[in-house]
Amino acid sequence: MDLHSNYIIHLADNALILGHRNSEWTGHGPILEQDIALSNIALDLIGQARNFYQLAASRINELEPGEIITEDDLAYLRDGNEFRNFILVEQPNGDWAKTILRQFYFSSFQLMQFRELLKSQNVELAAISEKSIKETRYHVKWSSEWVIRLGDGTSESHLRMLNAQQDLYPYIDELFIPSDFDYEAESSGAGILPEKLKDEWFQRINSTFETATLPMISEEKKAMHILSGKNGVHSEHLGFLLAEMQFLQRAYPGCAW
Amino acid sequence: MESKPHSENWPLWEVFIRARQGLDHKHAGSLYAADVQMAIENARDVYTRRNEGISIWVVESKNIHASNPEDAEEFFDPANDKVYRHPSFYHLPDQVKNI
Repeated sequence: MDLHSNYIIHLADNALILGHRNSEWTGHGPILEQDIALSNIALDLIGQARNFYQLAASRINELEPGEIITEDDLAYLRDGNEFRNFILVEQPNGDWAKTILRQFYFSSFQLMQFRELLKSQNVELAAISEKSIKETRYHVKWSSEWVIRLGDGTSESHLRMLNAQQDLYPYIDELFIPSDFDYEAESSGAGILPEKLKDEWFQRINSTFETATLPMISEEKKAMHILSGKNGVHSEHLGFLLAEMQFLQRAYPGCAW
Repeated sequence: MESKPHSENWPLWEVFIRARQGLDHKHAGSLYAADVQMAIENARDVYTRRNEGISIWVVESKNIHASNPEDAEEFFDPANDKVYRHPSFYHLPDQVKNI
């Protein structure tokens, strides 16, 4: 598979995996209204994933004639080491605070990423970004307000946000470490190197943390880079997620409803 | 959702949705939310997922003052036999539309 296809699949995988994680809350949300809110975000993300997978599939079919692949093949019939999503988005839901913070981290990143992709030389990528950025703007608004509500809430909710900050800290670095498909995207004008978004991301995150009376995070402390989701080296959690998500297609190939 | 702490801690809000430009906001229902921002967003997620609206109002239910059902007799019955209060006895010229 060529690098640009991998770049598109990376965008798709992030959206699909986080969408799936969020869907695990459906029916289990803390209150009915927020259950629906998070399920809506899950649907937005899975919709974005579909657009990216369709784009990737048509590109792959063009470049590698032969067996035609579809969006479903990409979502349901790849193994863990072929997924290109961030380690961050495959992390288990934990409590509400961790789910919120994971969403806030990712959506803040995705918002800047889509903003840059509006200028992509790949016009279809630009078009998907234009459609998706409205959704992502809402995801950032929703999750940042929850970060403030919990951080500046009770001592219990504050503590839970502190724990979430700790839990997710090791997965931040990966957002900004370029993979070979990022370099290709940068040089072809299709995308942008993620490290260019780094300073702005930390500023945005920390400004919300300040309002939420939470400690700021810094980019000084480096995590250990044993894992790299973008290169297919995932945490143990992805395997379990895929086992559940892909079960039906694997057990009943071609099953539709 | 076995525990329901929100119904004790979170206020109830009434939601009004305007379906289109030029129409009035109509009462859509009610929901729980911790603050006004959450109430508007909850209303967005619960009541406008299928293109039902372009504008949302929320108001805390405690701020709505209602007539008392026990007062219904003196409030509403006296209007029953005063048909002359309705503009039913005017003849409208044919040229007049939209009334």
